[in-house]
Amino acid sequence: MIDFELSPEIKNNRDMVHMVAEQYMRPLSHQFDENEHEKPWDFLNMMWEASRNSPVSIGGDGKKKKADQEPSAAPQRGLLAAVAIEELSWGDAGLYLSIPNPGLGGAAVAAAGTPEQRQRFLDRFKSGKPKWGAMAYTEPHCGSDTAAIQTTARRDGDSYVLNGTKIFVTSGLMAAEKSEGFVVVWATVDKSAGRAGIKAFVVENNTPGMTVVKCENKMGIRASDTAMIVFEDCRIPSDNILGSPVVQETTEGFKGAMATFDATRPAVAASAIGIGRAALDFTREALEKEGVKVRYGIARARLTAIERDFMEMEANLQAARLLTWRASWMMDQGMRNNLEASMAKAKAGLAVTQVTQKAVEILGPLGYSRQLLLEKWMRDAKINDIFEGTQQINLMVVARRILGYSSKELN
Amino acid sequence: MVSFQPSEEQQLIRDTIASFAHEQIRPHARDADENGAVPAAIVQQGWELGLVQSSIPEAHGGHGDTRSAVTGALIAEELAWGDLAVAMHLLTPRLAVWPVLMLGSAEQQTSVLGAYTGNSFRTGTAAVMEPRFDFDATEPATTAHRSNGGYVLDGTKCYVPLADQADRIVVTARTDGGGVGAFIVDRDTPGLTIGEREQHMGIKALATYTLTLESCRVPAAHRLGGDDANVLALANHWRVGLAAMAVGVARAAFEYARDYARERHAFGMAIARKQAIAFMLAEMAIEIDAARLLAWEAAWRIDRGLDATREAYLAKNYAANVALKVTDNAVQILGGHGYIREHPVEMWLRNGRGFVTFEGLVML
Repeated sequence: MIDFELSPEIKNNRDMVHMVAEQYMRPLSHQFDENEHEKPWDFLNMMWEASRNSPVSIGGDGKKKKADQEPSAAPQRGLLAAVAIEELSWGDAGLYLSIPNPGLGGAAVAAAGTPEQRQRFLDRFKSGKPKWGAMAYTEPHCGSDTAAIQTTARRDGDSYVLNGTKIFVTSGLMAAEKSEGFVVVWATVDKSAGRAGIKAFVVENNTPGMTVVKCENKMGIRASDTAMIVFEDCRIPSDNILGSPVVQETTEGFKGAMATFDATRPAVAASAIGIGRAALDFTREALEKEGVKVRYGIARARLTAIERDFMEMEANLQAARLLTWRASWMMDQGMRNNLEASMAKAKAGLAVTQVTQKAVEILGPLGYSRQLLLEKWMRDAKINDIFEGTQQINLMVVARRILGYSSKELN
Repeated sequence: MVSFQPSEEQQLIRDTIASFAHEQIRPHARDADENGAVPAAIVQQGWELGLVQSSIPEAHGGHGDTRSAVTGALIAEELAWGDLAVAMHLLTPRLAVWPVLMLGSAEQQTSVLGAYTGNSFRTGTAAVMEPRFDFDATEPATTAHRSNGGYVLDGTKCYVPLADQADRIVVTARTDGGGVGAFIVDRDTPGLTIGEREQHMGIKALATYTLTLESCRVPAAHRLGGDDANVLALANHWRVGLAAMAVGVARAAFEYARDYARERHAFGMAIARKQAIAFMLAEMAIEIDAARLLAWEAAWRIDRGLDATREAYLAKNYAANVALKVTDNAVQILGGHGYIREHPVEMWLRNGRGFVTFEGLVML
C-alpha cells in the first residue's frame, strides 16, 4: 500500500531531534563555522550521552538487530535515520557530521566485519567517553577510482604493515587521535590484482605509525574535521582485516565494500535535504516578512519570477526527499537499493546545491551576508554533491544499472 | 507507515492496464496520431476495462468501487505510456462523471451517472480551458450570472475532448460572487455552440473542440454541489492525473531511447557506453522517478482527505517539465532518427510539450 505517513515512532524521533537541532545546534552554527578546527565539546558530549542508543548513527549493528526482530514489526531503521539526519542537518550539517559515532568506518565494520570484529570495534560506542569511527579511502591522487589506491598493506607474520597517505577523512582527527576510536583504511595487498587486491583494515586510535598531519581548511562544513593521515610502517594485528585476506580472482570482496555506499548514500542525501530545507524555510520566512506570498494553483503565466524559483526549489527538494525515503525504505525491506541510493544521492546533491545557491540569489544582500546563515548553508550544501561519490560518479552508477552495463562496459 | 509498494489489488490493476497499453494501445499509437482518430475497437476494449463504470455506485448501475487517486495515478501512467491521446480519450467520460461523484447532489448523481454504466463507450466531457495565454483555471473568464432562478453562461472554452459526442459538458465559470462554479450543460442547450475540431501540435488522435456559450441558460439545479461547492478541489484531481500521464509519456520515451542507445553503434561501441549519452539517460531515469513520487504523494494526500493544493500543483508542474525534458532528450539521443516519424519519439515530444498547458483534461 503506497503510503507517505511516517510511523509514530519516526515522527516522535523526528520531533525530538528537531528540538535538539533548533535549541542546541543552530545557536552554535555561526561560531563553529567562523572558528574552524575548534570543537564544540559541550555539544559533542551531550550528543554522545543522548545518542549512544540512537538509531541516528549510520554505523552500528542495525543488521543484527533487524534479524532478531519479528518480521511483522518491520522496523524502518533506515527511514528513521534519514528523517533524523535531515533534522540534524537542518540544525547544522557541520555539527551533525562531527557528532561522535561509528561513522563510515563503523558502517564498513558492520557490513563486512565478522561477529567478533563487530563486537571488538563497535561495542565501544555503547559506553565510556565520546568516540569516533572514520573511513579512509581517498588518496591525494585518487578519489572514487578506488582501484587506483596505492596505500599498501604488507603481511608480516601476525601483522599487516600499512604505508601510504590518506586524505579527506571525515572525523579522522577525532577517530585517530582524540578518542578511543578507529580508522578503517582501504589498502592494497597486491597492486597487480587491481580491485581484487583492495582490502579494508581497521586501525586503532593512536597506533604507532599513523599520524594526522593536517586538517583541511574547507569551504563549508567547517565544524567537521577532514583529516590527512599518513601511515608509515603502521603495524596492526592481522585479524583487523575486514573480510577475507585472500585475493580472489573475482572482485566480489570489493563489491561488498562498495555496498557500504548503498546505506550511506541515502544518509548523505538526507543530510543534503536538511540543509536545503533550512535555506528554503529561511527564504520563505524572509519573503513573507516582506509580504511576498507564494501562490499555489494559479496559472503559471501569472506567477512572479520569485514564485517560480521558489516553487522549483520546493519541488526539487521534495522530489529528492521522496527518492531518499524510497532508497531508505528499500534498505529496510531488505531490498537491493544500489540504483535507488545513487538516484537519491545524485538528485539530492544537485538539488540542494541549486536550492541554496538560488536562495542566496533571491535574498540578495541578506543572502550573501555572513551575519546570517544562508551563505553558510550554500557553502555547506555543496559538499553533498561531492562526497560519497560525486554527482558524476552517482550518475555513472545509475547509468550502469539502468543499462545493465558492468564497470568495464561503461566507465 | 511509509511504503512505496502498491497494494496487491493496485498491482493487479496496474499490470492489467500495462498489458492493455502494451498489447492494444501502443501498436496503434502512431496510426492514431497520423489519422487523427482512436480506433473504435480500442475505445470499446478500454471501456470494458471498467475505467469509468467501476467507480459509479451500484445504485446507479456501476461497480461501486472506492475511488482512489493513487490507483488512478497508476492507471493514468500506464495508459499514457501506451499513448497519451488514446489515454485521454478513454478517460474522457470521467471528466463528467468524477465532478458529479465528487460534488453532485443525490439528484444530480441520479440524473447523470446511469448514462455511463452501459456496455459500450459513452461519454460526457468537461470544458475547463480557455483560449487565452494567461488562462487561469482559478479565475475563468467565462461567467455564470444568476438570472430568473437559473444561470446564464457566457464565454469561450477550448480543448474540450469529445465535445461532439458528449451528451453533457461540465463547464467551469466565474459566478457573481467571484468564485468558480461548475455547471452541467446539456449538449442541446440553446446558446451552446460546438465549433470546428481543433488542430494541435500533439495529442492529434484526441478530438477536441472549442465551445462558445452565448446567453446559454441552465437551470439552477445544474450547478454542481450548489453555491458552496469547492470546484477547485477538482483541480487537484486533474493535476495529479496530468502529472501521472506526464510520467507515463516520459517513461515511454526514456525506455525507447535507452534501448536505442544500446543498439546504436558509433565509434566502435554502443552509444549508451558513452558518458554523454549514459548520463542523459541516468538523469532521465532519476527525474521520471522523482516526478512519479511527487504525483503519488499528492494522490495519497487526496485519498487521505488532506489539502493537496500545493502538492498537486507542484507535482503537475514538475512532471510537465520532466515530460518535456525527457522526451526532448529522447529525440536528441536518436539524433536524426528521432526527428523522423518512423520512430515514436518525435510524437512523444509533441505530446509531452502539452502538459504545461493542459488543465482539466483528465480526472483521478
